[in-house]
Amino acid sequence: MIEFEHVCKRFGDRMVIDDLSLRIDDGELFVLVGPSGSGKSTLLRMVNRLVPVDAGSVRVGGEDVRSLDVETLRRGIGYAIQSVGLFPHRTVAENIATVPRLLRWPEARIRERVDELIDLLRLDDPGIGTRYPSTLSGGQQQRVGVARALAARPRIVLMDEPFGALDPLTRESLQASLKAIQRDTGTTILFVTHDLDEAFGLADRVGLMLGGRLVQVGTPLDLLRHPVDERVSDFVGGTRARLRELAVRRVRDSMRAGEHADGEPLDADATLQDALGAMLAQGRERLPVHEQGRAVGAIVLGDLVARGA
Amino acid sequence: MHRLHAEGASRWRSALPPLVLALLLVVLPHSATWFHSAWPALSHPLYARTSFLALTGAHLFLVVLATTLSVAIGLGLGVLATRPAGRSLLPTVRAVAVIGQTVPPVAVLAIAVPLLGFGAAPTLLALVLYGVLPVLGQTVAGLENVPPAALHAADGMGYGRWRRLVEVELPLAAGPIMAGVRLSAIVGVGTATIGSAVGATTLGAPIVEGLVGNNPAYVLQGALLVGALALTVDAVLGAVQRRLPTQR
Repeated sequence: MIEFEHVCKRFGDRMVIDDLSLRIDDGELFVLVGPSGSGKSTLLRMVNRLVPVDAGSVRVGGEDVRSLDVETLRRGIGYAIQSVGLFPHRTVAENIATVPRLLRWPEARIRERVDELIDLLRLDDPGIGTRYPSTLSGGQQQRVGVARALAARPRIVLMDEPFGALDPLTRESLQASLKAIQRDTGTTILFVTHDLDEAFGLADRVGLMLGGRLVQVGTPLDLLRHPVDERVSDFVGGTRARLRELAVRRVRDSMRAGEHADGEPLDADATLQDALGAMLAQGRERLPVHEQGRAVGAIVLGDLVARGA
Repeated sequence: MHRLHAEGASRWRSALPPLVLALLLVVLPHSATWFHSAWPALSHPLYARTSFLALTGAHLFLVVLATTLSVAIGLGLGVLATRPAGRSLLPTVRAVAVIGQTVPPVAVLAIAVPLLGFGAAPTLLALVLYGVLPVLGQTVAGLENVPPAALHAADGMGYGRWRRLVEVELPLAAGPIMAGVRLSAIVGVGTATIGSAVGATTLGAPIVEGLVGNNPAYVLQGALLVGALALTVDAVLGAVQRRLPTQR
């Protein structure tokens, strides 16, 4: 659990974080989204004390971060950043082993954990563990960066635009990996991005930051459907918010159970965006929905367009 | 294949200078007839006051000692000047090192002799004064060029200041620092010859005596050995530099 209570931060005479309170639950993937300079990275760095608070408090697992030894605190929290920051003089395996080494894990346990993470993050080029970061692609480097952040099994992971510099395909594949790992491990993740689609695709809850304040906190659908003010509705895209909704909602929740349709079937876990794409590709207004290989219903174009469906 | 070839070539390059030095040390003591035929007018064509081996050993010892001190001082000041607390020292440290470098070595000796007497001590002072700047400059440059993302990540993962310095910063700056050490040592090999003017035992002895006594054979013998020694020191330190992890 991460709690921010009335935190403030000034750089010079600029208020970067303005009396902000927020509570992130255990096992939640919380995404802070907002334009550059809105204070989201600053807020994230308050958790591992890379940025000290001017006023208010930040608590991790109920304890004020200022009461903890700073190195112990940081070794207990995973940290991944956009620029990755792999150590160029260390191999992939050594990079991943960084925090377990700082925590003095036994060598055998470190080796086992490194192998596990190489699998988990699909770093499956043979012998990749003994290679140096400069020989990896950008996507592979970021996978190593994420593996390094997860290595010591931290209960909390902070991720500051970790996929910002990657091409769209690589980014999507990494997002999927992260989401799956988070679901399996129940890790609490605080994720920062300026990319709305990334935020809505990953988040359990989203916090929208503007000018050092949290303007709205809620599920992606909350923000899209019930923006609290004009700034939020502008940020989530005005009329395009309805298009974004399609990427957030699942076929399962909008289908007509038991009904029949012809055509290539869709998976019940697919998004409505996938469904619309498939309808356009197949030239059909109805498509069958399958779950674990069995037909369970149909999805209909009219239902996607209907408001509040 | 290509890489293996290149590695083989560099190994050969770094083995050549020590071989040449060893060959000179073996052959020169027996070359009196050769130098006599080159300069028939000279009654003593071969420098014999001290053996070439002893001169080379003393010369090398002085350079190694001076370089070690220069590295200790240069590295220490360089690290200090790049810490947050020491950053304000950086311009002063740089200025002092540059002043040290611009005073001619002969002037250093002239000033040092009345204080330290004749012999190795004033020479060592001059060598260290000259040797610190390359190490200091390269240490500062190397540490300032460590990728900021690596430092940021190290901080975020819970490295302490000292540990970050030893495990991340110095290894990543090792290439430039080693280049500074190499330069410092080579400059030292050259500068140490002047030390024999104030009584230090170095390979400068035959050169100085040859210049004073109008004996070009002595000068040539000393110069050959100093040259071979400089190349040897350069080759050995170069090989060390190539084996550093940051050179990958």
